[in-house]
This record gives sequence, structure tokens and C-alpha cells, in this order.
Amino acid sequence: MSWLKRLKSGLSKSSKKLSDGLTSILHLRKLDEETLQNLEDLLIQSDLGTSVTSDVIEKLRVDKFDTQINIDEIKYFLAKELTNRLKPYVKPLEINKNFRPEIILIVGVNGSGKTTTIAKLGDFWSKEKKSIRFAAGDTFRAAAVEQLCIWGKRLDIPVIKRGSGADAAALAYDAVIESQIEKDDVLLIDTAGRLHTNSNLMEELKKIKRVIKKAEETAPHKVILVLDATVGQNAYKQVEIFHKAVGLTGLIMTKLDGTAKGGVLVGLADRFKLPIFAIGIGEKANDLQQFEASDFANSLVGLES
Amino acid sequence: MFNSLSEKLNGVFDKLRKRGTLSDKDVDAALREIRVALLEADVALPVVREFSKNVKEKALGEEVIRSVTPGQMVVKIVHDALVEALGGDKPAELDLAARAPVVIMLVGLQGAGKTTTCAKLAKFLKDKKNKQVMMASLDVQRPAAREQLRVLGEQIAVDTFPLDKGKTPEDISKRALKEAKLKGYDILLLDTAGRLHIDDKLMGEVAQVKKEVNPQETLLVADAMTGQDAAQVAKVFQESVGVTGLILSRMDGDARGGAAFSMRMVAGVPIKFIGVGEKMDQLEAFHAERIANRILDMGDIVTLVEKASQSISEEETEKISKRMEEGKFDLSDMQSQIMQMNKMGGMKSLMGMMPGMGKIKNKLDQAGFDDKSINHQVAMIQSMTQKEKRKPALLNASRKRRIAKGSGRSVQDVNKLLKQWKDMSTMMKKFKKLGKKGLLRQGISGLMPR
Ligand SMILES: Nc1nc2c(ncn2[C@@H]2O[C@H](COP(=O)(O)OP(=O)(O)OP(=O)(O)O)[C@@H](O)[C@H]2O)c(=O)[nH]1
Ligand SMILES: Nc1nc2c(ncn2[C@@H]2O[C@H](COP(=O)(O)OP(=O)(O)OP(=O)(O)O)[C@@H](O)[C@H]2O)c(=O)[nH]1
Ligand SMILES: [Mg+2]
Ligand SMILES: [Mg+2]
Repeated sequence: MSWLKRLKSGLSKSSKKLSDGLTSILHLRKLDEETLQNLEDLLIQSDLGTSVTSDVIEKLRVDKFDTQINIDEIKYFLAKELTNRLKPYVKPLEINKNFRPEIILIVGVNGSGKTTTIAKLGDFWSKEKKSIRFAAGDTFRAAAVEQLCIWGKRLDIPVIKRGSGADAAALAYDAVIESQIEKDDVLLIDTAGRLHTNSNLMEELKKIKRVIKKAEETAPHKVILVLDATVGQNAYKQVEIFHKAVGLTGLIMTKLDGTAKGGVLVGLADRFKLPIFAIGIGEKANDLQQFEASDFANSLVGLES
Repeated sequence: MFNSLSEKLNGVFDKLRKRGTLSDKDVDAALREIRVALLEADVALPVVREFSKNVKEKALGEEVIRSVTPGQMVVKIVHDALVEALGGDKPAELDLAARAPVVIMLVGLQGAGKTTTCAKLAKFLKDKKNKQVMMASLDVQRPAAREQLRVLGEQIAVDTFPLDKGKTPEDISKRALKEAKLKGYDILLLDTAGRLHIDDKLMGEVAQVKKEVNPQETLLVADAMTGQDAAQVAKVFQESVGVTGLILSRMDGDARGGAAFSMRMVAGVPIKFIGVGEKMDQLEAFHAERIANRILDMGDIVTLVEKASQSISEEETEKISKRMEEGKFDLSDMQSQIMQMNKMGGMKSLMGMMPGMGKIKNKLDQAGFDDKSINHQVAMIQSMTQKEKRKPALLNASRKRRIAKGSGRSVQDVNKLLKQWKDMSTMMKKFKKLGKKGLLRQGISGLMPR
């Protein structure tokens, strides 16, 4: 089942899901300026940004302007164009078996969904019978350690922790060593949320990565930035600065169960060429889905898949 | 170089020949740029539309002040309209005018910053307003949510309603209110679980709580980085829960903050605070002016416009720019250009008022264009004869020595000045392309080699 369908079947939550601008122009036949304008508006409201939007709309104009075309064809055209842009960056969630453990560092701005995503990844891989360990690397935020510990307990996944205020890098180091001794399949390291503009905290993050490297030269094997789907054009700066600081290997977008469409992902993929591993569609442990380019693109243009 | 609105507007108006009043066409052209700028700042599309209409009405037929370009004029109109729409110049206050305990409830999407803001507010009310405050978490959803509020309460020495009492949010809120009354607290702050505006069940739940405890303020907390969705979120929260104010968290980042505008317009309630960090004292009053500048990415352009209109002598400017257009630029032109910058409050302060100034400032520093060296340069040029100024090629070693002596500088300084003049002259070609208006607006900063 696609995540969109799953959402629809999730009843109350999606009952008010917005009807999109395209249905209102359903009756139009010829691709004229007004239709193009409506389409442009639709994409803008999906957070695609002005430049990607006008890019895509231009393409549509060049190919189809003044031709007789029905609305479905337009939608498919747009969705296909967006799918093509996203497709090269679709990457399934896999643990690299060459590492025991594969060490994954989860980073991102405050409140984007890092800790919950770690729980979801843990749930996903424990269903594949992998041995998993969490490291409660957010030693700053109030009750962040407890939050991950509760998830660990629920999912029966061990959590390495230290008290609040402990050195996050030292904790990460210990976690790597312990996880190696235990020969886990994967170690997921949580970090405190930080704004990319806070250079001290970005330095701290670099240090965490350096120290992990001291424990295991090849690590971290994945560095995943968790992005909130409600984010607007600021996402470009987030990705740019996090990428520069710690070398991202991929993205996960959360909160796609709301009305935010996360369209900024199209431009991000194009600019930074980073794999998109998964999406979050709820607060529960199993609310994680593989990223499907066509599903995502369809949702951007308001197509049911 | 700059990518800001005023730059783009200058581009639009550069093509414009005539002056006088702003015509329909001028304004439309400007509004297209404004639309893009606002969208790039994440202002929601329906809000951008409404606002554009409003600005158009204001701008049409507006008289263009002499010595201010139509581009700057429109920017000022846009800016003023934005400030007004954001609530004007006096920050909104919390409404605490109710019988104690006054209930304040925080609502919003997941991860918006409610719990942190709740504690910040408690600290503010305790420290700045001398209130007895109790906090209670109604978040029975997120793991360790109530523990989070308890820990924060401990940090700021504010009481929290004990964790183990009550089961449903409704239940907890009623008990907390009862206890607050009993123990004589002035204020009860209620933190709620994050919820999606389309989650009917959870929206119904918080509406129910609101009915029970009748908060004096229901504040919607939202992330300053939010994109187009902000309008929808504000709309639905306003309709189904009813909010009395907004709080924008994470304004310490570099998001342009269009969400502030979207939500203010859609919810129709004031922005009461902004969050500027994770620490408990990082909560500030909301200033419309500052956010407007941030959304428009224009530094203090309005002040700039005002200053410019006072001190630029139109004729002088026209004269230089005409020569520049023709590709002529001698040392006396350089001198008047420099003097004009000085009149406007010195290079540094001028740069500080311009959008995207960081890069330029650095360039200027590298090139030795600080205020002090400018005075030196003027002195050197003043020691030249008219002939020398017009024809710098005349400056041989003995003339240079004379100039150095006359201005109290060294021959090296004179050489440096000549090199700078040369660099500027080579920029002329580019400025011919930019046209007169662009040139005037960029002034000397546009002449820097980059
Ligand atoms: N609706 C929805 N909520 C989510 C999703 N992912 C996370 N959340 C919620 O978002 C809120 C923040 O999630 P966290 O996992 O704590 O975020 P974080 O990035 O670890 O936050 P900090 O550590 O404080 O920076 C919580 O209320 C989560 O339940 C999602 O995909 N959909
Ligand atoms: N930089 C910065 N971080 C903030 C600000 N306000 C909150 N945060 C951080 O944002 C993250 C989420 O904050 P919370 O207060 O837990 O958010 P919430 O809305 O209560 O989250 P849920 O209860 O899960 O819905 C935490 O890491 C906070 O420290 C702010 O103004 N600036
Ligand atoms: Mg976390
Ligand atoms: Mg909370």
C-alpha cells in the first residue's frame, strides 16, 4: 500500500486533507496562461520554491502550450517531470553488512523528528531481525535521554546513555566501542537538535563525528539529516551547512502526514544530490516508509496514486 | 551581487525613464518582483496575493519624491504596509486581565517548541511580572513529554503539576486548575501535545480542554522556518480551537520568517513573542519592524531612503552619473562620489544599512575603503590641480611627491589611490550596462573590483 493510500485509510486524520487547486480547474481544456498560473500556484503552495516551480512550468509551457490537453494529462506530465528529478536520489533503507555495526549518526535542527525517526528505524530493522542499539546522544535537551529510553523499552532495543549534560562526543565514542563488542548490526546515534546558524553547536557536531572516527575509522557510515516537511525555503541553508559540517549521506523527511507537501525536497535533491532514504508519516514506531519518487511527486501535484 | 528585493526593484525601475507619479505599469512590474521576494521568504501565496492588492492601491498615483528612485519608493511603501500588517510599532502584550489563576494554554504542531516556550513564558511571568506560576503538561502522547516540562520547571524554579495525577488531558487540566486555585497561583500555564491541524480527534480533544478551563490566552506556537503550510495551520487552529495570539519559535535561525506574516494575517491575532534560542531566557517581544526587514531582506533600507533623500544633491548625482554613463570617470568624479558617501553618514554606516552588506563590507575593508582612508583619499585629491584630476596620466614622480607632501601622505599612498582610481575606471564598462539608475543606487560600492 502506498503511504498516501495508507493515510487515506487512516480515517479521521486525513478527512480534512486539503483538496488541491487542480481539481478546481478540472474543466479547462486548452493549456493557456491562466491554467499555467494555477499550476504554478499549486506548486508554490507545495513549497517547491519559485525557481524550481518556474523551471517546471516553463517545461510544461514549451511542450504543451496551446495544445488541447485534459487536466489529468497535465498532472501526469508534471508528476513525471518531478519524478524524474527525484528518482536518481531514491535509496532504499539498507544496513551495510560489511560493518558490524553499521554506525548511523542522526542530525538536524530542533524538533524535526530525529529521536522519533531513530525509534522508527529501530522498529523497521528489528522486524528484519537485526540486532540494534541506540545511543542517547542528546545530552542537552530536557528529558531527551528519557524519551529515547522509553522508545528503547517499547521496542526492546538497548540504549546507551549517560546523564544529562554529559559530553555527547564521549558518549558516542563509548557507544561505538560497546556496540562493536556486542557485534550489533546497527548503532543509531541520536544528537541534540541544533540550528545550522549556531556555529558552536555545529562545531560540537563536528567533534562528535571526529571522536566516532577515533573509535572506528570507517565510521560514521551514514550521516542522515532529518528534515521536517513543514519547512520552507530555509531547508536549503540547513542542508548546505549541515552537509558542509559533517558530510551528509542522505535525508529523511518527517511529518508528511500533515498538509505540508515538502516540495523543497525536489530542489534539494537537485542541488545537493543526496539520497532520500525514507519519510515519516506519523508519531508511531511504524510510521516510516521508503521514499517513493512517484508517490511523492503525485502528492505534490495533487494526484491520487 | 545583492539578491534582495530592492536590487530587483532597481532592475525593474532602471528601465523606467520618466519620473513623477507611479503608474499602473510601474507598480505591476514592481509587484511581480515583490511577489517572488515574499514567496522566497516563505510568505504563503494567498497572503502574498492579498498583500499585493493592498500595496498596489497604496502605491498607485503616489508621488515620487525627488532624489528617491521609484524603486526605493515602492520598497518603502511595501515595507510600511508590511509593518502595519504585522501589527505596527507597539509590541503586543499578554492579556492577564482575568481572575486568578489566569490560564494560558499553548497549542501547535509536533515539535513546534510548545514545551520549551511554556517554560520560557513561566520564567518571564515569574521574573518580569512577579507572578506565582504553575505549569502543567497535558501531553500524554509523546514519550517523556511531561518529564521534559518537569525538568524545565526545576531549572527555572517554577512548580509543575505532578506527573502521576490524572489520565486524560481533560482530566489533568481540570485537576491542575483546581490545584492552582487551591494553592493561590496567579497563573496556570498549560502545555499540550503536538498535533496536526487535520487530526480531528486530537483537535477535538484540545477544543474540549479549552472549554473546560477557559484560558485567557490560547497561544499557537509555530516554527519560524515553516513554509507555505503556515497559513493552513493557522487557519485550522483558529477555526477549530480559537487562538488569541501567536508565538514564533526558532527566530534565532536564518529563516526569513514569512510564516510570521502568513499566520498573523490568517489567524488575525497578534504575534506576542518570538523564541530566539533553547535557553529559558531566550524569549523576546515581537517587533513588527524587525520582522518586516527580515522578510524583505533589506537591512534598514527605509532609513537609507530617508537619509538619502535628505543629503544627496540631485544635480550633483545626475552630473556624475552622466559622466559615468559616458564611460568617463576622472579623479574629481571620484572625489565627489566619495564626498557624497561621507555626507550620508560615512561608508561603514551606509553599508550597514544596506541589504546583503556583509560581502561588500569585507571587500571594502580589503580594499582599504574604511572611513579613515577615505578622508586621506579626499585630502590627496584635493592637493591635485584641476588638470591633474582630469588627466591623471600627468602624474609623474615629482607631481606625486608634491601631492603627498600637500596632503600629509606618502607617495605610496598616492600610488595606491591611483590604483584604486584605475580599478574603478575599469569597472566603467560594466556600469554602462547597468545604466544610470543602477549606478546611482550602488554608488561607490558597486565600483569595487571583486
Ligand atoms: N505527525 C508526525 N509527527 C512526528 C513525525 N515524526 C516525529 N513527530 C513528532 O514530532 C515531535 C518532535 O519529534 P522528536 O523526535 O522529539 O524530534 P527531535 O528532532 O528529536 O527534537 P529535538 O531533539 O528536540 O531537536 C514529536 O512530538 C514527535 O512525535 C511524523 O512523521 N509525523
Ligand atoms: N534554537 C531554538 N530552539 C528552540 C526554540 N524553541 C524550542 N526549541 C527547541 O526545539 C525543540 C522542540 O521543542 P519542544 O518544546 O520540545 O517542542 P514541542 O512543541 O513541545 O514538541 P512536541 O511536544 O513533541 O510537539 C527542542 O530541541 C527545543 O530546545 C527556539 O526559539 N530556538
Ligand atoms: Mg531528539
Ligand atoms: Mg512538547
